[in-house]
Amino acid sequence: MDDWLIAIIKVVGIWVWVLLIAVVMTWVERRGAGLIQDRPGPNRAGPWGLFQPLADGIKLFTKEEIIPTKAQKFLYIIGPALFSLPAFSAYAVVPFGDKIILGGKEIILQVSDVNIGFLYILAIGSMAVYGVILGGWGSTNKYSILGGLRSTAQMVSYEVPLGLALLAVVFVYGTFSLRDISLAQQGTFLGFLPNWGIFKQPLGFILFIVAAYAEANRVPFDLPEAESEIVSGYHTEYGSMRLGLYLFGEYVNLVTISGTIVALYFGSWHLPYIDLGAYLGPISWGIVSFCIFFLKVAFFLWLFVWVRWTLPRFRYDQVMGLGWRGLIPLALFNIFITALFIQLTV
Amino acid sequence: MNQNPTPQTGHGTGDYVTVNIGPSHPAMHGTLRVIALTDGESLIKAEPEIGYLHRGVEKLGESLSYHQFIPITDRLNYCSAIPNNVSYEMAVEKLMGLEVPEKAQLIRVIMMELARIADHQVCVGILGVDLGAFTPFFYLIIQREEIYEIFEWFNGARLTNTFGRIGGVDADLPDDFEDRWNELKPNVRKANEETEKLLTHNRIWMDRTIGVSAFSAEDALNWGFTGPCLRACGVKRDLRKDEPYCMYDKFDFEVPVGKNGDVFDRYIVRMIEMEQSIKIIDQAYKLYKEMPADAPLMARVPKVIKPPAGEVYSALESPNGELGFFVKSDGSANPYRIRIRPPCYMIYQAFPELVKGELIADLVACLSSLNVIAGELDR
Amino acid sequence: MDLKNRVEQCLGPENLVVAMAECQGDLSVEVPKRSILDVMRLLRDTPGLGFNFLSDVFGVDNLDLNKPKKRPKKKTEEGEGAEEAEETAEKESLPPRFEVIYLLLCLERNERLQVKVRVAEDDMEVDSLYSIWKASDWPEREAFDMYGIRFKGHPNLKRLLMWDDFPAYPLRKDYPLEGQGEERHLIYDD
Repeated sequence: MDDWLIAIIKVVGIWVWVLLIAVVMTWVERRGAGLIQDRPGPNRAGPWGLFQPLADGIKLFTKEEIIPTKAQKFLYIIGPALFSLPAFSAYAVVPFGDKIILGGKEIILQVSDVNIGFLYILAIGSMAVYGVILGGWGSTNKYSILGGLRSTAQMVSYEVPLGLALLAVVFVYGTFSLRDISLAQQGTFLGFLPNWGIFKQPLGFILFIVAAYAEANRVPFDLPEAESEIVSGYHTEYGSMRLGLYLFGEYVNLVTISGTIVALYFGSWHLPYIDLGAYLGPISWGIVSFCIFFLKVAFFLWLFVWVRWTLPRFRYDQVMGLGWRGLIPLALFNIFITALFIQLTV
Repeated sequence: MNQNPTPQTGHGTGDYVTVNIGPSHPAMHGTLRVIALTDGESLIKAEPEIGYLHRGVEKLGESLSYHQFIPITDRLNYCSAIPNNVSYEMAVEKLMGLEVPEKAQLIRVIMMELARIADHQVCVGILGVDLGAFTPFFYLIIQREEIYEIFEWFNGARLTNTFGRIGGVDADLPDDFEDRWNELKPNVRKANEETEKLLTHNRIWMDRTIGVSAFSAEDALNWGFTGPCLRACGVKRDLRKDEPYCMYDKFDFEVPVGKNGDVFDRYIVRMIEMEQSIKIIDQAYKLYKEMPADAPLMARVPKVIKPPAGEVYSALESPNGELGFFVKSDGSANPYRIRIRPPCYMIYQAFPELVKGELIADLVACLSSLNVIAGELDR
Repeated sequence: MDLKNRVEQCLGPENLVVAMAECQGDLSVEVPKRSILDVMRLLRDTPGLGFNFLSDVFGVDNLDLNKPKKRPKKKTEEGEGAEEAEETAEKESLPPRFEVIYLLLCLERNERLQVKVRVAEDDMEVDSLYSIWKASDWPEREAFDMYGIRFKGHPNLKRLLMWDDFPAYPLRKDYPLEGQGEERHLIYDD
């Protein structure tokens, strides 16, 4: 019974937490843009405009839902759902802290520590492309279809380097479980470097983050919704909360991706050179590990914002070229090197 | 929309898709429209359609008096109204054989160069936005606002300045121009520097712009290109140097030229021109200060302007290129015929050639780099 | 040698100059309509002239200028075109109604020249310059749009600024400023 309760609390808690971060992210994005662009950004609703996301939410929820006459209704309606559902469920295997001991029960801070960890993320992540392509196709709008096509090509292409980069991680840690990988990143290696994924897989990290940006449709890979070219891409015809689901799903994706990056490459809840877990009690360590993890995630979320307002956008052929001619050979090379190292050192 | 006269077959399976871009589209500045025949992402043909902002300016002019037409010229290139005003005024002055006092000419130069900076800032900023780089736009537009502040403080209008009168200018530069300009100058330079830092050597930016919609000098001349777009093709032509007006021959400035006539060159040419404009303003202001304070600002102009019958064409280097006014008078108080030769009209007609074989994303980049302003395109 | 003489020398022997006028330093030369292509090629290719840049093409409607001629003694008598008016007066009572003006530019010497052809109302066809300068593409279309002057050999002569089935030519002098109540009905149907 207790297990059930804990599971439900964890599921609901992390879900609400991720949604909350995503909501705040919409605010951070715009305030961040303002900061970078020498302007205030939204500053009217509440202190520092903090209630802006709330206002947006109310607006999106209360807007009239319009289905274009010529849209294919079923696909048009199911598109946003297909996009946001995987986004909301992908975080399940990403940890958000070490563990907490309450009343003698050890609770790991992760919804579910499945041993195929990021295979699940890959699988669920690639589901999102259905939402995009079906939404784009169902809108019966040329811009939407173009956006959907771009997004399909891009997401499918970049899943390959993403998967290959992850494969190299598996070589290093010998497991698919994100928790096991996180645990393995404690301490140092070679005497001075923190035992983090980024130091063991520097190239893999770069590959992963580039591919992840492309997967998330973020600048410089925001071609599926390139505003100046194809209006809004696949969600051109969407309004009200359906549009909200698309936009929101994107931010949830960002949280998941940042969480994955931190768990795989940035030592999860570990701080370099110091093992706080040894000094703190089980409850406080649970909270502190959660905070450390969140701060790292916050950095990568900010990085998304930062990059978005700094770089121009790629062109379609350049994205494809980068994916197939740049990242995939590099990823294969990375796997080769990693395998060689393991072979030689073990 | 589906008006392909001949059945088209594309590579592989067949049909091309007609994509209607504009007149309401985020990348179509103002009300431009391009009907693009696409094969996936690549363009087979792109045909611009114009006229959505046609207000019959030339027809309107025929029923207005010479002075009344000046506010109408504001609405041509609304990003930089002042060169429009001055170009028209110069045409009428030429028709009447008026000699504009030097001090007025200097004020015109200062204001025109400020307008040129403002125009280039918008163009470069929008080019960035259209290529997905949003931030430089704000750096530039903030400084443009400051330039508009100067305009506003000069004659109360920010965008539609109605600057000057036939025969000179109506008002002297206010006393604190020097302070304002000294305050503005470093900021403009800083904004430009930051923009360059963000864009010029950015790998993505270079990939997106270098070689995109490249145009040879020969073609450019054949199509009637002028201004930065022509200079980007490597033709050193600038009316300020070649047919000096308004004392431009007294100033020392460079005319930047590009090499390939691609988007990148147009961008660089505009960036350098802004710097040169700053130099010109400095020199013009120096000359201005040497003038006596009570030097005349207006030539002797009758109250009702009735130029002798005749027809003249007068052009100046507006931010976009050669902006000419052909004015034909029949001796009455209204112009008989006004013909405006807008620079981007000539440039935009080559648009199908410019984007031939490029991708949809390049179409947008090319369009913004040409700085097509619907107001002066459609008139 | 000044520009006027050079143009005279170039076009004169072929009998291509109908009239020449100068206004505030702007030289304009009127040439016969049928030989506009030859004139343009000559002006472009003759060394010493080299007008290699077409700046603009546009039409002018001289309806109002011609009108007073019916009544004797009017002040526009000495305006431009008075000479030509006499010349053509034998053929018809009025000089041709429209003009097409070409603005040429010599890039090497920065000289400008206006070339003018007169177009009568009953013969509204002029040779297109598209084969020489592509720059004449839209300006010619606009002249067609605004005045109804047709350009022979233009690859795509349709209305430019007005919509395709606009019934009139708005820049003609007999077209009222406020329009004639034309409306464009957009049909959203495929």
